[in-house]
Amino acid sequence: MADRHNGKVPAVEVQDLTVAYREQPALWDVDLTVPSGVLLAIVGPNGAGKTTLLKAILGLLRPVAGQVLVFGQPVVQQRRRISYVPQRGSVDWDFPTSVLDVVMMGTYGELGWIRRPGRRERERALAALEQVGMRELSDRQISQLSGGQQQRVFLARALVQDADIYLMDEPFQGVDALTERAIVTLLQQLRAQGKTVIAVHHDLQTVPEYFDWVMLLNVRRIACGPVAQVFNEHNLRLTYGGRFAMAAFAREVDETAPAVIAPDRSRSGGGDHGTGAA
Amino acid sequence: MTAPQVEIQLIAAIVAAACALPGAFLVLRRMALISDAISHAMLLGIVVGFFLTQDLNSPLLIIGATLTGLLTALLVELLHRTGLVREDAAIGLVFPALFSIGVILISRYAGSVHLDTDVVLLGELAFAPFDRVVVAGWDIGPKGLYAGGVILLINAALIALFYKELKLATFDPGLAAALGFSPAAIHYGLMGMTSLTAVGAFDSVGAILTVALFIAPAAAAYLLTDDLARMLLLSAGLGITAALSGYWLAFLLDASIAGSMATMAGVIFGLAWCFAPERGLVAAARRRARQRWEFAQRMLAIHLLNHERQPGAEPELQVEHLWQELRWDRGFATRVVSLAEERGLVTRQDGRLELTDRGRLLAQESLLA
Amino acid sequence: MALALPDLALDYTLRTVALGAMLLGLSSGVVGTYAVLRRESLLGDAMSHAALPGIALAFLLTRSKESALLLAGAVAAGWLGALLVSAITRTTRVKLDSALGLILSVFFGFGLVLLTFIQKQPDASQAGLDRFLFGQAASLLRRDVQVMAAGTVAVLLAVLLLWKEFKLLVFDPDFARVLGLRVRLLEVILTSMIVLAIVVGLQTVGVVLMSAMVVAPAAAARQWTDRLGLMVLLSALFGVVAGMSGALLSSLTPRLPTGPTIVLVVSGLVLVSLLFAPNRGLVWNWARERARRDQVRAEGILRQLAALAEHHGSLEHGHPIAVLRASGWSPEQIEHVLHDLESAGYVRQVSADRWVITAEGMARVRPAVEAGKAGNELARPAARGTEVTGEGQP
Repeated sequence: MADRHNGKVPAVEVQDLTVAYREQPALWDVDLTVPSGVLLAIVGPNGAGKTTLLKAILGLLRPVAGQVLVFGQPVVQQRRRISYVPQRGSVDWDFPTSVLDVVMMGTYGELGWIRRPGRRERERALAALEQVGMRELSDRQISQLSGGQQQRVFLARALVQDADIYLMDEPFQGVDALTERAIVTLLQQLRAQGKTVIAVHHDLQTVPEYFDWVMLLNVRRIACGPVAQVFNEHNLRLTYGGRFAMAAFAREVDETAPAVIAPDRSRSGGGDHGTGAA
Repeated sequence: MTAPQVEIQLIAAIVAAACALPGAFLVLRRMALISDAISHAMLLGIVVGFFLTQDLNSPLLIIGATLTGLLTALLVELLHRTGLVREDAAIGLVFPALFSIGVILISRYAGSVHLDTDVVLLGELAFAPFDRVVVAGWDIGPKGLYAGGVILLINAALIALFYKELKLATFDPGLAAALGFSPAAIHYGLMGMTSLTAVGAFDSVGAILTVALFIAPAAAAYLLTDDLARMLLLSAGLGITAALSGYWLAFLLDASIAGSMATMAGVIFGLAWCFAPERGLVAAARRRARQRWEFAQRMLAIHLLNHERQPGAEPELQVEHLWQELRWDRGFATRVVSLAEERGLVTRQDGRLELTDRGRLLAQESLLA
Repeated sequence: MALALPDLALDYTLRTVALGAMLLGLSSGVVGTYAVLRRESLLGDAMSHAALPGIALAFLLTRSKESALLLAGAVAAGWLGALLVSAITRTTRVKLDSALGLILSVFFGFGLVLLTFIQKQPDASQAGLDRFLFGQAASLLRRDVQVMAAGTVAVLLAVLLLWKEFKLLVFDPDFARVLGLRVRLLEVILTSMIVLAIVVGLQTVGVVLMSAMVVAPAAAARQWTDRLGLMVLLSALFGVVAGMSGALLSSLTPRLPTGPTIVLVVSGLVLVSLLFAPNRGLVWNWARERARRDQVRAEGILRQLAALAEHHGSLEHGHPIAVLRASGWSPEQIEHVLHDLESAGYVRQVSADRWVITAEGMARVRPAVEAGKAGNELARPAARGTEVTGEGQP
């Protein structure tokens, strides 16, 4: 697989990125190079700046310093090639609209201003819904969806965009087993098509299974590379240990670390809503 | 009805519809209170504009006042962005200040100019028919009608044109930004529309009550439908209803027309709140009641199933003892049994209860679930 | 105008006005602190507008101009408004902002209907209810001030007696619940206090602008301190200053409505606080922002030197300023920064225009080596204002 990346323009290249909210740095001097065609998990404790990093790659934030290149060009010129799956909680599911309508929003970018989606967009949206196993719910009001269904609607919306890079913010957060499997299948399909996926991920146990690259982030970049090379106890301790030095958690990790990869605390703690950008 | 009465109702209906359209988006975007701020702060723009032009219908005044509205939205956002105060507090700081300057200006100079505090603040629709448009000697109707009509058309056209963008930026601003639709442009577009509408509405309903026409019909519509396009139409329809019924309430009580319109808008919301088909209080209460009876019937079926499985427990199957066993109120138990009978879940033979096949199935299902 | 009046009468009027305005500022300043911190700034707006029909109904039912009675009507209606807002947000998908806007405009509209209805009544032309719209400090009577004083005392007593309970309620309602505090009851008391404070100010400021007296003094006070106690005191002080100066100004100047004048004074206080308060103020912040940007750039330069040093494999080889880039900085500025870095011991000037990073500098820019330490350094400063909920989170 590594051969394929050689000599190619990386899908995403982040250089010296520093982002701050008020005085607090959310990201400090982060470098990241994501070769085309990998599934990359971004892991790190709460407040590590994971969502912030995604938003910066999308060009939704203005960094204090540094730049982001997408296929060698500024992100503004490459919007069509990126698609984004936000956290489920970031939108109001009481909004009066249907599943199909939300999925069709993925086509708005190429439609541009004023033009309305038509039959073609509708067909594509239905096909994407089919792909995530939601076709028969296409007329359902979004207020009636379960959490897993909401997540799949968002995934279908991203698929409709037919991008080269997929940015996902905690796609596995709080979903049922069925949806989790559906997402995994989808990730594999995307990899087979040579797409790049960058996902904020929480469940450390499943990182080696679902992803092939991993970035360990805690405001600064701790490590990034193929899972086999960088996903080790040393790096995990650097990532989670420093931040939680005062908490009992750190001691626990030290005691139990030899046996397992650091336990997934943040999930049992009710999810990562404090990524600085929330 | 006399001609002025018809004209007043027409103006009221048009203004209400014009307000309700942007109002629907304000409600969905959680910006209801920005419309409150805009319509208050607008007073300053109108007063200053009036001092300069001496004409409440001058295009310059309308533009100036609209810009004041936009400025208010901008100030609220800037203040919020400093991170020193929260958004609600930012709203609560900006508009009273601008509004106060407006009120002071009116009271200081109202003597020398023809601008009545009450009219600007509270609106006086009753005077609207006296201000006529005359073209080449022909009286072609009251000015308010044309002003309101133009604004309604502008709002409807803008929303129709940018429906997709408004929907996207309202539902998921992050995605809108990522797709290259500037949420800021859409936000300020909507704020501009709101300001223009508030300017157009103020001399009919006054600076304060425009908020009622922005929010109440849209909030009611929000409870009645799950489809954005339908919500927009419904908002406009409910706004018109509030305007017309408000007019007649005012006529009946010989009271403020604007106030009556706001009151009726509130009544309409209240009705939707209580009686909305799926989300209303009544519907919710009935759903809860139905669930309660359904649950009780399942309990009954499970109870009977348990008894079937342990023979020799005959007495408990008597309706007479059932309520003690299940710790139910006696009347409640009787009702549950007769409901279950109606549904064919149980049969009764000389005071003894037996499960039917259907009841047995339900009990087994419930146990599995 | 003032000179035309006998001194004694002037004294009496002014004393009454000043006293009334002081009470208004005191009660709304104190209560506003809690409202603002609980993000309920605009609940006051809804409640004060909602008070109008209460006043009108009280008059219609009793035909009395007795302010205690009218204000009782205001309390009842304000409470009903608050209750409806909370009921709407609890039982429907309509969000808080819409519920507030709805209640304030509909109640106000209904109040207006009643007011205009009253004006048409034969015996009621003298009701003088108009003064409740924008306030009229000059019309305050001694009896009115007594009523206001009673309301203020009630508010202050509640704050003193329930000090730590309210503090916890504002800071962390869930924790308060866990501790076994009756949060629901406390919220009811707090809402009652806001209603009371609003009613105290209604005659002076009016229903339309009363909400500003709840929000503004507290928002100004928040800028100067992170401590709840000090914030309450400052907020009360700002309220009193704005209330008294505004009321006196408007009483002494013809055709200057009291409510708007008071609001302008308090808005001025807010503006000054936002700009100049130490630590939080915009001016202060701007300076700090600059300093941080400079620091980021300095770090950038240091990193570039580190990369160059690694590239050359030596800490001896100097590099010219021309190879260093820092967006928006002239070479002179870069040189200035380099001298700063030199005095900190991170870089060394090896010849006229050649610079090299030191070992300390290397240690500073290589985060992986000391990631743990770096993490600690960068951990958010334990929320400024541990006492007060951190305001202005992004």
